[in-house]
Amino acid sequence: MAEHDMIEVKGLRVVAGAPHGPVTEIVKGVDFSVKKGEVLALIGESGSGKTTIALSLLGYARAGCSISGGSVRIGDVDVLALDAQGRRALRARTVAYVAQSAAAGFNPARTIMDQVTEPALLHQLMSREAARTKAIGLFRALALPAPETIGERYPHQVSGGQLQRLMAAMALITDPAVVVFDEPTTALDVTTQIEVLAAFKKVVRELGTTAVYVSHDLAVVAQMADRIVVLNGGAVKENGAVAQVLDAPVDAYTRQLLAATRRPEASFGVPKDGAETVPPLLDIRRLSAGYGRIDRNGVPAVRVLDDVSLTIPRGSALGVIGESGSGKTTLARVVAGLVDRARGEVLFNGEPLPAQLSGRTPEQYRQIQIVFQNADTALNPSHSIADILARPLAFYHHLRGAAAKKRMLALLDLVKLPASIATRTPAGLSGGQKQRVNLARALAADPALILCDEVTSALDTVVGAAILDLLAELRRELGVSYMFISHDISTVRAICDEVIVLYAGQRVEAGQRDVLAAPPYHPYTGLLVDSVPELKPGWLDARRHVAACALPAMGESAAVPELCSFRARCPVRIDGVCNVTPPSLKKLPSGAEILCHHSAAELSRLQNLETIPA
Amino acid sequence: MISRPTHPPVPHAGTELYDASRDEAVAEAPVVDTSPVRLNALQRLVQRFSVLGLLGLLIVLFWLLVAFVGPLVAPYKGGALTSTEIFGRYSAAYPLGTDYLGRDMLSRILYGARYTVGLALAAAMLASTIGTFFGLLAAVSGRWVDEVLSRLFDALISIPSKVLALVVIAAFGSSIPMLTTVAALAYIPGAFRISRSLALNLMGLEYVQVARARGEGLLYIARVEVLPNMIHPMLADFGLRFVFIVLLLSGLSFLGLGVQPPNADWGSLVRENIGGLSEGAPAVLMPAVAIATLTIGMNLLIDNLRRRSRSHGDA
Repeated sequence: MAEHDMIEVKGLRVVAGAPHGPVTEIVKGVDFSVKKGEVLALIGESGSGKTTIALSLLGYARAGCSISGGSVRIGDVDVLALDAQGRRALRARTVAYVAQSAAAGFNPARTIMDQVTEPALLHQLMSREAARTKAIGLFRALALPAPETIGERYPHQVSGGQLQRLMAAMALITDPAVVVFDEPTTALDVTTQIEVLAAFKKVVRELGTTAVYVSHDLAVVAQMADRIVVLNGGAVKENGAVAQVLDAPVDAYTRQLLAATRRPEASFGVPKDGAETVPPLLDIRRLSAGYGRIDRNGVPAVRVLDDVSLTIPRGSALGVIGESGSGKTTLARVVAGLVDRARGEVLFNGEPLPAQLSGRTPEQYRQIQIVFQNADTALNPSHSIADILARPLAFYHHLRGAAAKKRMLALLDLVKLPASIATRTPAGLSGGQKQRVNLARALAADPALILCDEVTSALDTVVGAAILDLLAELRRELGVSYMFISHDISTVRAICDEVIVLYAGQRVEAGQRDVLAAPPYHPYTGLLVDSVPELKPGWLDARRHVAACALPAMGESAAVPELCSFRARCPVRIDGVCNVTPPSLKKLPSGAEILCHHSAAELSRLQNLETIPA
Repeated sequence: MISRPTHPPVPHAGTELYDASRDEAVAEAPVVDTSPVRLNALQRLVQRFSVLGLLGLLIVLFWLLVAFVGPLVAPYKGGALTSTEIFGRYSAAYPLGTDYLGRDMLSRILYGARYTVGLALAAAMLASTIGTFFGLLAAVSGRWVDEVLSRLFDALISIPSKVLALVVIAAFGSSIPMLTTVAALAYIPGAFRISRSLALNLMGLEYVQVARARGEGLLYIARVEVLPNMIHPMLADFGLRFVFIVLLLSGLSFLGLGVQPPNADWGSLVRENIGGLSEGAPAVLMPAVAIATLTIGMNLLIDNLRRRSRSHGDA
């Protein structure tokens, strides 16, 4: 049995700390093995040691860490016993690594081909010509566009998803026996992630490579892996086949992780009555905004938002969904006054909200608060948590001294942080704690509206779920409204009453939360919903079957700026309509409004066709 | 998230949100001691600095002290011809030897400290303060204020500092205030550039955005949100600038445009006694040693400040 194992890790221990100082064990005796041609997933939160373990397969420990015990065997080679030269040879031929951030992994000053073929040339494994041919073959296998010529481009000329696939090509060029994927799709949009995953899966299967796939996302892992190893705190919690781990988890931590992934849809009793008499809290009408120089018509050079309308009733939550570049963050910044708007109006509490920050009243400042995605940069590193929270209290409510302190402790309690945290600086807090402080700072103002910009995107699944629970609880208790911006449909469904879907700055769909549950929906919404990986093995293969068909042909577009922005990627576009006339606003039976040429019945027919499992 | 920061060697606070014991392990000692029990000044100082930093501080304090009391403790009067021996060796009467005219070197250095330390320190402080102020102003105000200030300092930076100094001194004559002004003027644009780009980076960060959305004024943002996070790089820059100013002033003295004889800063002392170099005379070595210790001390001190700031994390 053991002879067939490609990778065998036994009792691996990794410690961190200064050579003579106190050490902390970050990997505490991990055992697992991978058979040849198998894909093993290492899953866990940040700090669980999954990347450290993955790197030890290359015989590498990050600065400040060292491998203190155990054995790592790949094929017949004992990795940890190798000297520096042996490890170099190992990394040349046997083990390759695909990092999370392809953008940081490529040198912007050299062409892609140069960099993809570099490992082969560096270790003198093949001639330049052979390497080029092989690279082009890999580009084709990874479903990259224009495989013959993409190598001539520079890294900034291809998209993030393409770069990630190119990085895989770079790893695979030396025909390694083992590839380590370290969260390769975490930084990508859902729709891109699907493409990249499908390409990885295809190439791994075709080449028969043994792979170790590191991720925190169970649903992604379910598609890629044969076996799953669940890690927490540097120890193996569970080790089993995919189906067993997903359907019959043995360990309590695995169950917790599964529960956080399969988030139940929360239900809110939103008071609907009296909606006619009370103006909505926030009412945005035909808003356009962008960056750059503003031309004579008052339109900025780079248009980010185009004719977007939405309303947020008091005490409700609106989800804004879209992939990166859709303008969702700009929307929040316009409402917060950080970005100027070009056209349209914003009513807050029924009164026009000045575009410029300087034109707003203190009351308006107070009622609109913004919480950013990246908790690391949203807190000033040179202030203590107490200072950070005390400022809005003093600024808006003129609270000082003992009263401010009392309120600050109440706020910390509200976001479920211990009072002892107040004297620390943000550097001493974990990601989830920082995000809670962020929320507490927004709450300190007693706001009516909190703009949440991807607040859970940078957090682990379990921590993100806790933040979502907190948001829901705060809403029940304090009656605040949210504009909840996310690229993650399941998050939005967990917290919002209404949703709008943005694509390239256009609002393509708006409606109640339930419009996301079943077709018909706008073709783009359909794509988004279909791209969210489901927690069952084989989902990706079934879906790829559907998505494999080519887009309908479409001719040149007419020079009308209001054309549907999604026409370039739309699976159901109509030549002669979508590229000639702007779509009109349609109402679906579910109550949703969409911008599309198709009628509700047609969309319903098309999308039901698509979702039938192949 | 574009790039993942490398994990710190200390255990990450992880995700156990309510795990107080683990959190405690992660927390560092608060940077500023806010407890009511005040340690005495010396203990706090020792706590704040490492050994090297403390050494730097001591050297800088020593030279500052010398600048103030040097002339009082000097064995001879600054310009007095006291010996018939030129380029004399170390002796009991002349601990650091004598210079090319037979003057006591120790007294010369003690008197010169006033010019070098005082003048250079004043000029460096002036340059850094003014540069930081305008850089911050330009970054925080943006738009035309930034445009005007940047172009103004660009114009100034395009003139080589030595040439600027030569022209100004040739026009107005050499005096202490004039030398200070010239040295400061030559180094303000550099400080401006650095502080502006630092502040501009910080202005894009989300905590500043939050402060703006909160409705804070520019003054508050500049003072509370931006300045504390750029003060350490600016201090490091100050250390570097100080050294450059010492070198500029020494250079000017070397050309005969600096402090005028019979007074002399350390740079002029090196220049005056350069003839003794081939004999290894202490007259030329000692002022050079004085310059070296001052600059090394200053940099030890500043580097140490910077290291402190990094350890409590601008991630």
